[in-house]
Amino acid sequence: MAREGLLVIRPLERLATKDLNHIHQASLDILSEIGINCHNRDAVEAFAGAGAGASPVGDEISNIKIPPKLVLKAIENAPKEIVLGARDPANQLILHGDRTRVYLASGSESNIWLDTSFRPFINKNDPDEEVKLPSFNPRRGTVADLAFSAHLAQSLDTLDAFIRPVNIQDKDINNHNKDVNKFFCCLNNTSKHVMAGLTSLEQLQNVIAMAEIVAGGQQALQNNPIISFITCLVKSPLQMVDDTTQTLIRICLEGLPVVISSSPQAGTTAPPSEAGIVSQINAEVLAGITLTQIINPGTPVIYGSVPVRARLDNLNDAYGAPESTAYNIDCVQMARYYGLPCYSTAGVSDAPIPGLQSAVERLFSSLLVALSGPQYLHCAFGLLDGNSTFSPLQAVMDDTHFKMLRQFLKPADIDPENLEAVYRKIADTVQTSQKLFINDIRPLMRKGKLSKPYIFEDRQGNDSVLCKANQELERLMTLPGCHLPEEIIEKVYERIPGILPRLDTRKSN
Amino acid sequence: METEIIEKIRENLIQGRKSEEDEGIDETLNGTPGVIELTEEALEKGVSPKEIISLAITPGMEAVGEKYDSGEYFIPDMLASAQAAGAAMEILKPHLEKARIASKGRVAVATVKDDIHDIGKNIVVILLKGAGYDVDDLGIDVSTEKIVEEVKTRGIEYLGLSALLTSTMTRMKEVIEALDKAGLKGKVRVLIGGAAVSQEYADEIGADAYCADGFQAISAIGALKQQ
Ligand code: B12
Repeated sequence: MAREGLLVIRPLERLATKDLNHIHQASLDILSEIGINCHNRDAVEAFAGAGAGASPVGDEISNIKIPPKLVLKAIENAPKEIVLGARDPANQLILHGDRTRVYLASGSESNIWLDTSFRPFINKNDPDEEVKLPSFNPRRGTVADLAFSAHLAQSLDTLDAFIRPVNIQDKDINNHNKDVNKFFCCLNNTSKHVMAGLTSLEQLQNVIAMAEIVAGGQQALQNNPIISFITCLVKSPLQMVDDTTQTLIRICLEGLPVVISSSPQAGTTAPPSEAGIVSQINAEVLAGITLTQIINPGTPVIYGSVPVRARLDNLNDAYGAPESTAYNIDCVQMARYYGLPCYSTAGVSDAPIPGLQSAVERLFSSLLVALSGPQYLHCAFGLLDGNSTFSPLQAVMDDTHFKMLRQFLKPADIDPENLEAVYRKIADTVQTSQKLFINDIRPLMRKGKLSKPYIFEDRQGNDSVLCKANQELERLMTLPGCHLPEEIIEKVYERIPGILPRLDTRKSN
Repeated sequence: METEIIEKIRENLIQGRKSEEDEGIDETLNGTPGVIELTEEALEKGVSPKEIISLAITPGMEAVGEKYDSGEYFIPDMLASAQAAGAAMEILKPHLEKARIASKGRVAVATVKDDIHDIGKNIVVILLKGAGYDVDDLGIDVSTEKIVEEVKTRGIEYLGLSALLTSTMTRMKEVIEALDKAGLKGKVRVLIGGAAVSQEYADEIGADAYCADGFQAISAIGALKQQ
């Protein structure tokens, strides 16, 4: 049993097949003629051993020219179907490169956690008139916040998988204990799939050992990979960085699912034209995928694309720009062209707080990119200000918006039998005096098949969306936690060094 | 005649036209000499380097800054102008040395160890060069030892450190401590920047300034000079 996700029956396409062919060829030319500058020695050796050209271009940097046949072979070897496991088997995800079932995931790793409180304001001219307005308090994220966001993710219905949305910055977190605490916070608070980047390679073994304890052993973890990794090994344009590449190589050898992600900015680290950024990012991702298949053929690798346009006032990522949405859809199509499962991005807003800008920007990209049918969509639950801020309040609203999309994606009920029945219904109803279809809608209503009015609507003529969403957030906060069984937690604390004692939920279980 | 070429340099700088081949904003300038060619021409005509700097480059960059502040210019415009200014300074450098006019100061900028983000650092380098400083770009992922070594051997007066990750910002503290140990305290002033850090962090680790953007780097060094 896997999660249902969103089934997109007729995916939105931006590029025609001939465009996809052109991009594909352009990327192969980039890889075989311009090549990738690789800063990692093991990767250089692996590429060279597999028949790529390697020539030194500087201190510990080699230019790798990857022949097309090597790339094509890697695409062929890479699995077309990837299972992302979960603590609760009902939360498993099956990503199939040719099918457009979309799973929604949170992310990314924002430094700032945004608390919201509501304060009453009284009209000076009419003291009886009082409104509640939100005030926002940004602060640095902590392990407690991460645990809470995982708890929240557990209760948000449309969220299929969990990527940590907040960077843990407690005083007692350092590079040596960050990864184990990060993964433990996630695994101990949600039974959905957990994906994250690794801060320090030295922690990989501990993280995997923890996942094995939770999954029930080494083989159990292979069958049900409850964790997976994101690796941003490419620094655009066309550079493979040392440390993350090393991390990727190690993950490949472990056989766990991994996302190869690249995030060029059109206008700074990639050409500003659509053809330019898309052929470049496609080349970068293919280079990473090729490496995974050289290191360990059959590695479950996901085509990860986070192309964005540069914001021209500060050169940060312009997620709200419509161009970013266009590039993302192009990449979704490229992944599908290869039949590879795709990790895509949408829903990030440039607005620093929840509100109209954030609603408009996130819906714009979320709807369009989701409809293009990526298998795994990092749809930015709660993220604001690029990727810099996470607001749990925003995450609650995002869930409602995706419920609307889920309703919309229900398949249309058009078949001859049904049409025959409705024909008769129409014929009958026009004969009646009131000419209403009330009796037909009532059973649908009872069975919960109809959408409800926007759940944070205020019929008093005010815009109370934030306030009502906050009430919902408060309700969700009080729901019981979905923690690991006590004996598992005990084993984790016993065998995995560095996990902070305050994350132990056994006392409160 | 002299004022005419000074004006041309200033105008092309504001247009962000480093050389003949560059497109600025005013299309009628396409194909005409840019800042590099004009600066060379001015020197040939006997215009003093000092005048080129004080009458063309400095006011030109000030005008660009104002346009950026008012929203007329965006970062790419500003970078193009700063690159043009930096190129002019390179041409003027040997002449300034001959005339014994000191550069505004020796600056080094680095992204700290284990951090590979460099878009912000590169902007800072370009802007400081454009503002007339002698800038060494030490690159990314630079170890603390290497930074201290470079500061020592190059006689650096202002050191800029960039960190975008909360896991690498602690390197800045390490660098400041290592500089102290090497007896460089007070000899080199440290500026920090990048998404991970803040004024509070600068205070905490004893950095001399926190800069939210590249312009603040220019004003912060200016302020430190006054002290
Ligand atoms: C672009 C980008 C990348 C690019 C970098 C490309 C490049 N050539 O630099 C790529 C894709 C390679 C990348 C990789 C990673 N990134 Co990154 N990246 C960013 C992003 C989106 C924008 C940074 C940027 O260039 N901004 C534009 C420039 C102009 O702004 P700036 O750097 O802030 O610089 C200005 C000022 O800060 C100041 N300044 C900066 N430095 C200095 C220094 C001095 C001396 C002075 C005076 C001023 C100054 O002046 C500059 C000009 O105005 C940020 C998001 C963010 N909010 O910053 C994330 C971000 C920094 N990255 C992040 C992460 C997690 C990563 C990765 C670890 C991803 C991964 N999971 O593998 C890797 C890290 C690899 C490594 N070891 O460093 C996180 C960091 C969170 C954290 N843990 O602290 C951020 C915040 C995004 C997020 N929320 O998830 N990244």
